[in-house]
Amino acid sequence: MMTPQDTVLKKEEKVIFALRSLYARYGYSQYKMSKFEEYDLYVQSKDFLLSDSVITFTDRNGKLMALKPDVTLSILKNGKDAPGCVQKVYYNENVYRVSGGTHMFKEIMQVGLECIGDIDAYCLYEVLRLAAGSLATISERYVLDVSHLGILSAVLDSLSVPESSRKAIVKCISEKNMHELATLSAAAGVGAEGTELLKQLVSLYGKPEDVLPRLRDLLGGKIDSALLDEFGNVLGAFSGSEFYDKLRVDFSVVHDIGYYNGIVFKGFIEGIPSGVLSGGQYDKLLQKMGRKAGAIGFAVYLDLLERLGETEAPYDADILLLYANDTDLHTLSEAVQSLAADGSSVMAQKEIPEKVRYKKLMKLTKGGVETV
Amino acid sequence: MNMLNIALPKGRLGEKVYDMFEKAGFACPSIKENNRKLIFENEACGVRYFWVKPSDVAIYVERGAADIGVAGKDILLEYAPDVYELYDLDIGKCRMAVAAKADFCDDPRRTLKVATKFSNIAKNYYDSLGRDIDIIHLNGSIEIAPILGLSDVIVDIVETGTTLKENNLTVVETIVPISARLIANKANFKFKNTQIEQIVQSIAAQTGGKK
Repeated sequence: MMTPQDTVLKKEEKVIFALRSLYARYGYSQYKMSKFEEYDLYVQSKDFLLSDSVITFTDRNGKLMALKPDVTLSILKNGKDAPGCVQKVYYNENVYRVSGGTHMFKEIMQVGLECIGDIDAYCLYEVLRLAAGSLATISERYVLDVSHLGILSAVLDSLSVPESSRKAIVKCISEKNMHELATLSAAAGVGAEGTELLKQLVSLYGKPEDVLPRLRDLLGGKIDSALLDEFGNVLGAFSGSEFYDKLRVDFSVVHDIGYYNGIVFKGFIEGIPSGVLSGGQYDKLLQKMGRKAGAIGFAVYLDLLERLGETEAPYDADILLLYANDTDLHTLSEAVQSLAADGSSVMAQKEIPEKVRYKKLMKLTKGGVETV
Repeated sequence: MNMLNIALPKGRLGEKVYDMFEKAGFACPSIKENNRKLIFENEACGVRYFWVKPSDVAIYVERGAADIGVAGKDILLEYAPDVYELYDLDIGKCRMAVAAKADFCDDPRRTLKVATKFSNIAKNYYDSLGRDIDIIHLNGSIEIAPILGLSDVIVDIVETGTTLKENNLTVVETIVPISARLIANKANFKFKNTQIEQIVQSIAAQTGGKK
């Protein structure tokens, strides 16, 4: 028999419970924060935010405040550096951002986690594993695209791509736009061989076991091999796990290279048209905030789960029970309790409301409950 | 079977693009019937085509109603949808240009009045030049704006230049060349990767492999 949790809770609510328990099992503790932050916090790291616009208001003491558009900055602001240690937190918060499609502000519920401190290969692996586990909690049909911005930056450095051209080139990479990538890299002074290298890097897409050897062939001797080793080790650690088949190496996953520096990733669920999970290693953001630590984390965008096409309950109630104005309260209460005793949902009304869907119509009369 | 949904732009360009898809192994003969239907399906090939307004193709693809589609670069630059731009089909070629009356001379001391359907493209172009402009958003007959003194210049698509010529306008500057692009929804690309790659590879072969 289905429990009330199965029938009453929406998909997003069930996912929140499952994710919180998943993160807690790996020693992440919940981080609770205020809905508001001082606007100054966001001015300093404006490019880190996904949208430029922030809802602001003046507090009663004259301070300019903002409805938080992001959770990561609030967590980083309050942490302290402790060499050798890692702070592991998860959150379940609403953020307020302009949505890309409508250009209007939207309240977005996010669940996510941050791992801040002395980040080593295990931390990278654990966060990536929890990202894959989060997607698996939502649906069996998911893919986790993984890239490494350190490798991409090293390739751009090795080709001496000028800073002024990088933003446009990285945008082409994120769009898998090879034709304009070739034009832009040629205009940036990258030779034919370098342009071909970039195109090949972007066209690599597939499972780690297929792509990693090709990546080594392509970049071996051209960039610091430690970067390739790190990427290979972290992905290789998944070998034999339930998640290995769902990982895809894809260099078109790019976040802002001014903040992110290492492994970055994006999760997709079949049936949802945009990424539902996004994350990566963002040591550069911490450096900009004056902290001597590394960090990696991700967020799951729960508002998108509505699109998963959960079958809507066909009825608002199993039983619609009609009663009269003069029905005794005690009798009515007992009738409702007894009908609901087998787990049926019972809606008591005096008249049949418009647009209410019910399986069975019953009436409470002086003689007891009758089926109508 | 997991159907591949393809949004085609209504009109001659869309028909040309359909022929390319057909050669790639995704035929749907019913699409050539002369009727007012907008959706066509061929279950055997696992494909569903639909005709939409050219400027709406990117929206269908970004929102996942279509897995792939064909949209002009002008629309991609104007609306900046979050999609993959997989291939330059090298057809439907034209350019986005600034045009003005033949005797136009830009006075940098004044705000430049720009009439256009492509407000974002115009804004980004003049931002890159550091030029202060006043955008006048119009939905059609842009060419008459400078003639009536509504604007100093226009930013619009120029194909052959005949319309400009007939209205005594000339191209002052080309902003960007335009052509039709094959675009794909980022999430659906992962789950229908084999079919989408098959189309891209086949079209690349048909157009001489310029990828």
